[in-house]
Amino acid sequence: MSKFRKKGKKGQPAVNTAALPDIVFMLLFFFMVTTVMRETSLKVENKTPKATEVAKLEQKSLVAYIYIGKPIKKLQAAFGTAPRIQLNDAFKTLEDIALFVEMEKDARDQVERNKITWSLKVDEKTKMGIVTDVKQKLRKANALKLNYSTKKTDKISN
Amino acid sequence: MAKREISEINAGSMADIAFLLLIFFLVTTTMDTDTGLIRKLPPVLDITEPPPPIKQRNIFEILVNANDQLLVEGEYIQVTELRAKAKEFIKSDPTNPNMPEFKMTEIPRLGVVPVSKQIISLQNDNGTSYEMYIKVQNELVGAYNELRNEFAQQKFGKPYTELVQKSGSSDAIKEKMKAVKKFYPQRISEAEPKKVGGSE
Repeated sequence: MSKFRKKGKKGQPAVNTAALPDIVFMLLFFFMVTTVMRETSLKVENKTPKATEVAKLEQKSLVAYIYIGKPIKKLQAAFGTAPRIQLNDAFKTLEDIALFVEMEKDARDQVERNKITWSLKVDEKTKMGIVTDVKQKLRKANALKLNYSTKKTDKISN
Repeated sequence: MAKREISEINAGSMADIAFLLLIFFLVTTTMDTDTGLIRKLPPVLDITEPPPPIKQRNIFEILVNANDQLLVEGEYIQVTELRAKAKEFIKSDPTNPNMPEFKMTEIPRLGVVPVSKQIISLQNDNGTSYEMYIKVQNELVGAYNELRNEFAQQKFGKPYTELVQKSGSSDAIKEKMKAVKKFYPQRISEAEPKKVGGSE
């Protein structure tokens, strides 16, 4: 008929997905920048106690972690059930703490060395004996700013 | 010679690859920051100098045994009662001869004020559980925080926690925060642990 005749059937036009990769990339970059990889794999049981008066540790780069607790189930055959100290990725003894403190201090800038917080992640079932020993070692190594890692709760019970 | 046509690279699967990476980072990312009770250890002292004598009335004695029982000022109490007791002690009472003494101290922004000479002495056993230790620490920190909040509210019309949060923004607030801190200084002394009573 006329030359303005519509060609064939006109369906719904497909949604343009050309911008989809851009959106995904944006999200990807966000997570890539904010992500902090888990540096250590836990070798000890670590269920920290709960407290009401907790404060946040602001600068993650200025925190060094010391884990104390029973070895996890898988390792109990080899290491027994007595509480152990884990520094970085391995079980260590009390004598290694001084060296650990030095290494953590060395890894940071001169100005930040005295601002390191030593976060004690201790399992709630641990007895105080080993914790006190660790504290004494830290004291001798001049690592005085401690954090007892706890989870926040509204109320504590007896 | 005929020009060979270069076919366009198909970028359709780019989104898939990006998705894959995105999911990887979503899973591995940890957003939570560590929280906890922040404490300072005392530096190592020379043993040659004997510690200055402290009057019994200025010391609030807390003992925790291996069975996680509390003895406060010679009285057996529950951990939930500790906060109120500690608050009463830290605040002190000038009319009560068993409560801590006061020392007139000059504090910027407050002038010369009586500051109580309280010291909390905490002693735990080697067999005390870490959970109990944290509970006691938490109650003590809580007692100080509550008193500081009350005092800051009364003096500056803002709770202490708010002063701490905003202390970075102005020097005036920081000064106020320091004044409150000086009025109720946190003095928790931890004795070297002893192996007393109770089994491990």
